[in-house]
Amino acid sequence: MILVGRTGADDLVVRGARVLDPVEGIDAVLDVRVDRGTIAQLGERLGANGHRVVDGTGLVLAPAFVDPHVHLRTPGREDEETIASGTAAAAAGGYCAILAMPNTDPVVDSTEVLRGLRARALEEAEVPVGFAAAITVGQDGRQLTEMGELADAGAAAFTDDGRPVATAGLMRRALEYSAITDRLLALHCEEPSLTRGGQMHLGAVSAELGLGGWPSLGESLGVARELALARDTGRPLHLMHLSARESVELLRAAQAAGVAASGEATPHHLCRTDEDVRSLDPNLKMNPPLRTADDRAALVEALNDGTIAAVATDHAPHSREEKDVPFEAAPFGVTGLETAFAALHTHLVRTGLVRLETLLERMSAGPARLFGLERPRVAAGAPANLVLLDPAATWRVREERFRSRSANSWLLGERLHGRVVLTVAAGRVAYEA
Amino acid sequence: MTDLHVVPGDLLPPPPPARRHLLSVGDLARGDVERLLATARSFALSQERDTKKLPTLRGRLVVNLFFEASTRTSSSFELAAKRLSADTLSLKASGSSVEKGESLKDTALTLSAYDPDVIVIRHPQIGAPQLVARVTDAHVVNAGDGKHQHPTQALLDLYTIHAALGRLDGVHVAIVGDVLHSRVARSLVQALRLVGAHATLVGPPPLLPAGLAETAFDIGAIAAADVVYVLRMQRERMEEGASYVPSLREYAARWCVTPERLRPGQKVMHPGPMNRGVEIDPRVADSGAALVVDQVRAGLAVRMAVLYDLLTAGPALVEAALEVA
Repeated sequence: MILVGRTGADDLVVRGARVLDPVEGIDAVLDVRVDRGTIAQLGERLGANGHRVVDGTGLVLAPAFVDPHVHLRTPGREDEETIASGTAAAAAGGYCAILAMPNTDPVVDSTEVLRGLRARALEEAEVPVGFAAAITVGQDGRQLTEMGELADAGAAAFTDDGRPVATAGLMRRALEYSAITDRLLALHCEEPSLTRGGQMHLGAVSAELGLGGWPSLGESLGVARELALARDTGRPLHLMHLSARESVELLRAAQAAGVAASGEATPHHLCRTDEDVRSLDPNLKMNPPLRTADDRAALVEALNDGTIAAVATDHAPHSREEKDVPFEAAPFGVTGLETAFAALHTHLVRTGLVRLETLLERMSAGPARLFGLERPRVAAGAPANLVLLDPAATWRVREERFRSRSANSWLLGERLHGRVVLTVAAGRVAYEA
Repeated sequence: MTDLHVVPGDLLPPPPPARRHLLSVGDLARGDVERLLATARSFALSQERDTKKLPTLRGRLVVNLFFEASTRTSSSFELAAKRLSADTLSLKASGSSVEKGESLKDTALTLSAYDPDVIVIRHPQIGAPQLVARVTDAHVVNAGDGKHQHPTQALLDLYTIHAALGRLDGVHVAIVGDVLHSRVARSLVQALRLVGAHATLVGPPPLLPAGLAETAFDIGAIAAADVVYVLRMQRERMEEGASYVPSLREYAARWCVTPERLRPGQKVMHPGPMNRGVEIDPRVADSGAALVVDQVRAGLAVRMAVLYDLLTAGPALVEAALEVA
């Protein structure tokens, strides 16, 4: 089992919602009954069987979301996030499964740390969590972790997220060796000699603001290296938080040539641009940085055509003390679990850039497929992993509403359209608005 | 799609009216610049009298918060506040709680307890004035934040150019040197554009960021300018091993502003402090073409105008204030 967390055997009937599961080919107003945590029946005018009944009129019932890129900050920075708070935030965002990154303190590079996290998640996690392990010991780019042992102990994937694997030679060994596992390598693409001192996208806005530039080439050069290694070794890999048009175009070309490479994009890169950094709000500082409108358009296009198969929040909590500083002194990273659907619905679906069906697929079936997780689906016999959405609701993003221990959201104060009403994860009602 | 509805408890009170700050030249419209320069000219006249102190801001508190070395800017802000009869409180990073690790936010909040009307801040990090503006109720003036902005420098430069040439519209300024690391250049380019003047950036390619203004690598390009604005080669801002230029020797050989490279009638400006012999030839610095001392003098009048403008209802009051004096 890759995912661990609380499970349930709840009984529930959702009446009259628009049931939307693009992969199953369902788009109809139906009742859905959940018996003891398993979807029992889809149909019209289903009996309540004594179950709790939820009125879904005007709402959308869809497979719950899967986030392949979350920082739970545990162990080491439990003041910023814990397994309990991070998974509660995930539940509030409509997620039924998340993958946690290993750049913690200590790094998840040994079976001891991994087992400890999984034991805690079993008791604390509001939605099931998979823990990714590091590619190199201490993520310092020198020695491979014991990938075989880690995979056997339940590592969900391997990544040195937060930094690239230092050299092409070691990256090549990692790809070759990972063949003994069936786990994916997820890669942070960055050429450090081009991004040193970088605070935001290198371009007209950085020139004007005087902030150190983090060029698109800093990412795409790394992407090119990883794709060349994937092609050469014949091994699959996954490219995390892509931000630049050049990166997306390289990935599309590699996929067309048969390379088994996949990609993800974050809500902030899909919704915002470097123009927004003019406010010097530290909650618009992340790595990789927000890029131009043209890069954003390339990401949206790639999300639509499937080059980018997954939305990933890169939820990166930071304490208030760390972010309440001048932009230049602030750490990289923003939260995203609780706002992902509403942000993307507001900025991509309501604006006509992406269809709702496409968004739902990229937030659920897409990432599940890439990481070998069971696909959440609305089908009789499937475990109940469901999200009930109110596309018409509007709400303002406010600090005091977050379940996350941190509030470094790029959306603070913004009014969003679309809201998660109910999340069922692993057969258990994990969140209700 | 059904009608939109609002989640209960989501009705917020209207935001308070925005407090005026001077964080960036981008905060100003052309009219603001013209008003500030006119006000500064009035104050400059007042500084020619025997009694230089005006009662205008009596009882107001101006806090100067300097986290970075400064001679001209800190002294002129302090004197400007005093000449307007405001109380001043000047803090430097050394000798304050900042040395004990106090955060900028906490320092700002501590000083807020005195209800300052204006906080003037210089800080090595971009975004520091914005942070102070977020967490205090004072009007905030950016006296230089990292490589970002130094708006009062741009205003005093416009003032100096206008005084020397009698106009701003259509003036051509060549800015020579390390533009990449220069908040002075960034502010000046924006300010020149605002008043219908324009800039050409001249220097080594890695030190000229793309997209700010037209650029030229050859020092010969300064010949076309009315004003040659020389920037300091800011060695301390160069990241180790970044290699923007191979050596200061090669820089001076190619881009130092020398008498031979100037044509008669051109004016030369420099924000100071100067590295004589690196970016500017001593013969130029000491010549009649140099407006460096005029810039310093303009700094006092312009900073008086900025403080006055932020703390009074409007420009119409300046004449009245001068008459009272």
